Amino acid sequence: MAERSIVEAINDCFHVELERDASVMVMGEDVGRAGGVFRATAGLRDRFGPDRCFDTPLAEAGILGAAVGLCMAGWRPVCEMQYDAFSYPCLDQLITHVGRYRWRTGGKMEFPIVVRMPYGGGVRAPELHDDSPETYYVHTPGVKVAIPSTPADAKGLLAAAIRDPDPVVILEPKLHYRTTKGEVPDGEHVVPLGKARLAREGDDVSLVAYGSMVAVCEAAADVLDDVSVEILDIRSLKPLDEEALLASAAKTGRAVIVQEAPRTCGFAAELAAILAEKAMLDLRGPVLRVTGYDVPYPYWQIEDAYMPSPERVVAAVRRLLEF
Amino acid sequence: MAQVLPAERDLRRVIGDVDGAGDREVEGLGEQQLLDIYRSLIRLRTYDERSVVYHRQGRIGTYAIFWNHEAMQAGAFHALEDDDWIFPSYRESAIGLLRGMPPETVLSWWRGHPAGWWNPEDYRLASICVPIATHIPHAAGLAWGKKLKGERACAIAFFGDGATSEGAFHEGANFAGVTGAPLVLFCNNNGWAISTPVEAQTRAQTLADKAVGYGMPGLRVDGTDVLACYEATREAVVRARRGEGPTFIEAVSYRVAPHATADDPSAYIDLERVEEEKKRECVGRFEGYLLRAGILHDDLVASILAQAADEMREGIKKAEAEPAADVELLFSNALVDPPASFGSDLAELRGTLG
Repeated sequence: MAERSIVEAINDCFHVELERDASVMVMGEDVGRAGGVFRATAGLRDRFGPDRCFDTPLAEAGILGAAVGLCMAGWRPVCEMQYDAFSYPCLDQLITHVGRYRWRTGGKMEFPIVVRMPYGGGVRAPELHDDSPETYYVHTPGVKVAIPSTPADAKGLLAAAIRDPDPVVILEPKLHYRTTKGEVPDGEHVVPLGKARLAREGDDVSLVAYGSMVAVCEAAADVLDDVSVEILDIRSLKPLDEEALLASAAKTGRAVIVQEAPRTCGFAAELAAILAEKAMLDLRGPVLRVTGYDVPYPYWQIEDAYMPSPERVVAAVRRLLEF
Repeated sequence: MAQVLPAERDLRRVIGDVDGAGDREVEGLGEQQLLDIYRSLIRLRTYDERSVVYHRQGRIGTYAIFWNHEAMQAGAFHALEDDDWIFPSYRESAIGLLRGMPPETVLSWWRGHPAGWWNPEDYRLASICVPIATHIPHAAGLAWGKKLKGERACAIAFFGDGATSEGAFHEGANFAGVTGAPLVLFCNNNGWAISTPVEAQTRAQTLADKAVGYGMPGLRVDGTDVLACYEATREAVVRARRGEGPTFIEAVSYRVAPHATADDPSAYIDLERVEEEKKRECVGRFEGYLLRAGILHDDLVASILAQAADEMREGIKKAEAEPAADVELLFSNALVDPPASFGSDLAELRGTLG
């Protein structure tokens, strides 16, 4: 065990996985010589050579499209999209091919592709460096999606994605890349997809979140010292640990779902729908959402007003307790 | 109606019936190889003509016709080795026949039946790409990946003139250029993207000119001259295997059939031009070449035609004999490791189906 930041844990994962499996390769803009703009791939080019940590042309759809062909040639490509909103061109390949190709071959050919990107706001960056695009990915059939909130999960979920036979998209909370530190197991460490993490146990209300919103929930829970708050870190959006979600709702009878992305059709809506379908009789009040607004992510001087805050989460919990 | 006149600049021909230059021989192609190419042309032609009939009879769905494109497909195919990968668009839907794929597989694809699925590795043939140009980066990635593994195989991607306007063409071609991928970019320039003529796609004089921007050679050939298509592709493959990277080939022809069975080109095309172009369609041109060389005779033509027709009769019979696909196939192939919801969704569906 060593204490690492999220970005250090990701880098550690790459060193372990590229050493373990010679068919794993990393590709993306600036991943090689620079080691990635956040240094997530630092040292890989020197250690494994420029073919296995490849600086691509600036072409997100081309990166993911080439990854499809690399799979056909027996590689396991891990593609970095430099920022959340820069990943949009790759949605073309993701939707038209990555999520469909195995199905199209009658299940005969596997496409073990990983797409990973930093996501989310709060970092005082220019426009389109702050988006939370998870819903676009989750909504694409044939693709799995995970979002870690801790360094250990950042390493373990990435390792699971690299070893998974299906395409997996990982969104990493860039706001916490360096600020969140935690114990990370050395060597091989895999956190299976499809399992939620109970971040805090409680009895009165369940705060359900993933990625950077887990920390917001924790801050809210710290303020709510008269309330027993449970925090469920979803961490694997697809496949989803429905059992953990329903168990927490059954235990507390109250659920507040927190999501940084805009509200309409966001992943919180899916979680709320599952609770409506399967937990109606367990609930003592409505399922509430605290989300970003249905607006373009704002310029940074007013971004704090957009971001779901601990105060908004506390207010939602109070409202629900008074229902 | 505007005419689309393929620019003649640098247009390579081997068959000498059009420009009066006389027939050339292609190095390495003996009588047997020439007849193999002819047999491939006939198989593709027969597949296409029968498919239009099957569509009219309601036995296959909407079908993308490739009549007069057979020379590009067969010519390029015969320049490849068995381990080389082919990335087809829907216009090359039946090119797998030349790799041993049974016609019922392709017919099932056009019938919308899961029996039309195949494992690309079995034929070194990617799935038919329906969206335009998005398979070009796949071909670049495969070729690059093979090169990284030290394997000898190269790849060829087929696409139309309209595809050169797509971002995916640019990104794929550029990727191949940068990585030195052993790739042949084979552009079937038939002058039309459904109703849009090539001069509305680009202000470039020729599509081959685009190759300069990717640091690769751009060749132009007569797309109805199967031997010119063969020769250019072979040059590209030789370059690729020497480690010299990708090549762009623009094969120029004229689309004399509708884009697909759902299209009526009389609204936009010059029908007189179509009739003119049909007189120099690609199978007839190659037959003329073989007859002039004394290689082909009527009995042989008849037996090759009969064989191809039999192949299709068998193929459609088998495709139609496929049992109805079970609804389980909705769920069974999307993921190696399907979520629990697939099981409950299937159970619910079966319940409603009774």
